[in-house]
Amino acid sequence: MNQNTPQRRRERIDRGIKVRCQGIYSLMSWREMTYITAPRAALIAGLLALPLVMPGMYWQRVISIVCIYALLAVGFDFLAHFVGLVSLGGAFFVGVGGYLAAILNTAWALPPIATIPAATVIGATLCTLLLLPCLPLRGVYFAIVTLMYPLFLARVIEALDILGGTDGIMGIDGFGGRWTEQYAVIGMLLIVLFAVRRLVNTDIGLVLRGVKDNDQAIRASGMNVTRYKALAVFITAAMGCMSGAFLVHIYMWSGISQFALDFSILPIAATVIGGGGTLAGPVIGCLILVPVSELLRDFGTLRIVFYALILVAFIVFRSEGIMVYAQRKYHQFERWTQV
Amino acid sequence: MTQAPLLQVKELSKTFGGIRALEKVSFDVHEGEILGIIGPNGSGKTTIVNGITGFIRLTSGQVLFRGRDIAGKPAHKIADMGVTRTFQIMRPYYSLPAYKNLVIPLFSPRARRTGGWRGGGRLGDRHTVGIDILEEIGFERDSHVPYKATATLPTGYLKRLELARCLALKPEIIICDEVFSGLSMSEIASMVPLIERLQMDGITLIMIEHRLRELFKVASRVMVLNFGRKLMEGPPAEVMADARVKEAYFGSREVREVMDHA
Repeated sequence: MNQNTPQRRRERIDRGIKVRCQGIYSLMSWREMTYITAPRAALIAGLLALPLVMPGMYWQRVISIVCIYALLAVGFDFLAHFVGLVSLGGAFFVGVGGYLAAILNTAWALPPIATIPAATVIGATLCTLLLLPCLPLRGVYFAIVTLMYPLFLARVIEALDILGGTDGIMGIDGFGGRWTEQYAVIGMLLIVLFAVRRLVNTDIGLVLRGVKDNDQAIRASGMNVTRYKALAVFITAAMGCMSGAFLVHIYMWSGISQFALDFSILPIAATVIGGGGTLAGPVIGCLILVPVSELLRDFGTLRIVFYALILVAFIVFRSEGIMVYAQRKYHQFERWTQV
Repeated sequence: MTQAPLLQVKELSKTFGGIRALEKVSFDVHEGEILGIIGPNGSGKTTIVNGITGFIRLTSGQVLFRGRDIAGKPAHKIADMGVTRTFQIMRPYYSLPAYKNLVIPLFSPRARRTGGWRGGGRLGDRHTVGIDILEEIGFERDSHVPYKATATLPTGYLKRLELARCLALKPEIIICDEVFSGLSMSEIASMVPLIERLQMDGITLIMIEHRLRELFKVASRVMVLNFGRKLMEGPPAEVMADARVKEAYFGSREVREVMDHA
């Protein structure tokens, strides 16, 4: 050891205000209450204000797509970090939800306000039933099966020329106004985000987290692991199918591109960038990734190269994700101490 | 005994490939007693636990709990009937604090039906009941221990947490897979009265142990396993004096003499 250069390391300490905010004492002053509510309010207000500050219809459409991806990303984060199932099924859920909404709208002339909830519930039930056989297994099987279904369904529609074949289903009702469309999607995203954050902290949410931590202990506690996994898959599939239904009504068209793997991969990338296990992180990840991928359109085919570079840079330099980093900076300060 | 045994194990066999882990092991457990199961390493003790509680599929044999055959039922159904177990290698939920570990078993169908430990699950919220159980089992309530992340707890507390998970279910039987192993002498000393208290609460215990001295203190009957077969069964004093048991643990006299001369 060199005596002349003292060893130093960075020390992280919780901010005083963070400690004061734990427990009932947080209600003692406006400062503490602001400290707790400000980040949450900022996200809600920011999302609600986005359509107002965005110039032009093109960027407003981008916002809707951001929210659709964000729904998928929150679902992925929930399933991966709170239940321990890595799902590549974004495309599967979007495809099933989208086609269901399209069928309900064209065949029975149901309005979007009815097709979206119906597609959510029916689609989630269908997806859960189709995924049920691989739920008792541990390991990568779930990821593989969720990846296989969208490829399979897209080929079936193409080969049998059902449901419009390669042309897709056209003539679907829109939302009847871009403001309705945007605030419907944003409002839904906020409700889902709030609900999932509440869910993971309830008793049943603790059971789901237990499934991730230790499924043997869940069995030893007299609970059926598969049933809880199915419940979690149902919740995630419902979010995915809902985003698919929204997508179909926004584009007023449903086709096999809804089974495209973008819907599986981008939510995962957004979760990596935003910070896994935070639920709000994936939303922030989507807010960055989707517009970036739009901006990079000018580069033509080079787009994917830049896109990949951004992702790699994030994984190398900030693998914890934006949200985790930001939370740490918000709650703790750092100082150098001598060892 | 005139009363029918609570748990009857009849000719339990389990083979792993060509290895006979258990061969026609039969024994009875009566209500309220503590049965010890001992045996050298690899004699099939943990396989018995896994077999009774449904964590492995048995090759043959019957397990009767209150006269109903539970062999072949899924593990969660058996636990739901009140036949609970601890794991030799502790399996807590490491990402949760200790008291939240107990919210999960308190949420199980059995705990909601029976009210859980001392019926507390019906009253109050599950977080408070979880802390009650932890206090009962030796976590100091007013300290920070019940609130600490499970990953930072020492082995002694994790072993207790295993028992606490069983207690949350209001069990009829707890099968303890080596709750004393890995503990210090003082930790074991505080564990023994706890076991006796569980017995007084009317819980039947099957204890698998390597720490014979402590086991013989609490057990009313001991069964000895060797190479998957039942060697003998009887009160602790009888087991301790038996020549076959000594042979299983220390090797036969002839072998020992050969070893000494080598």
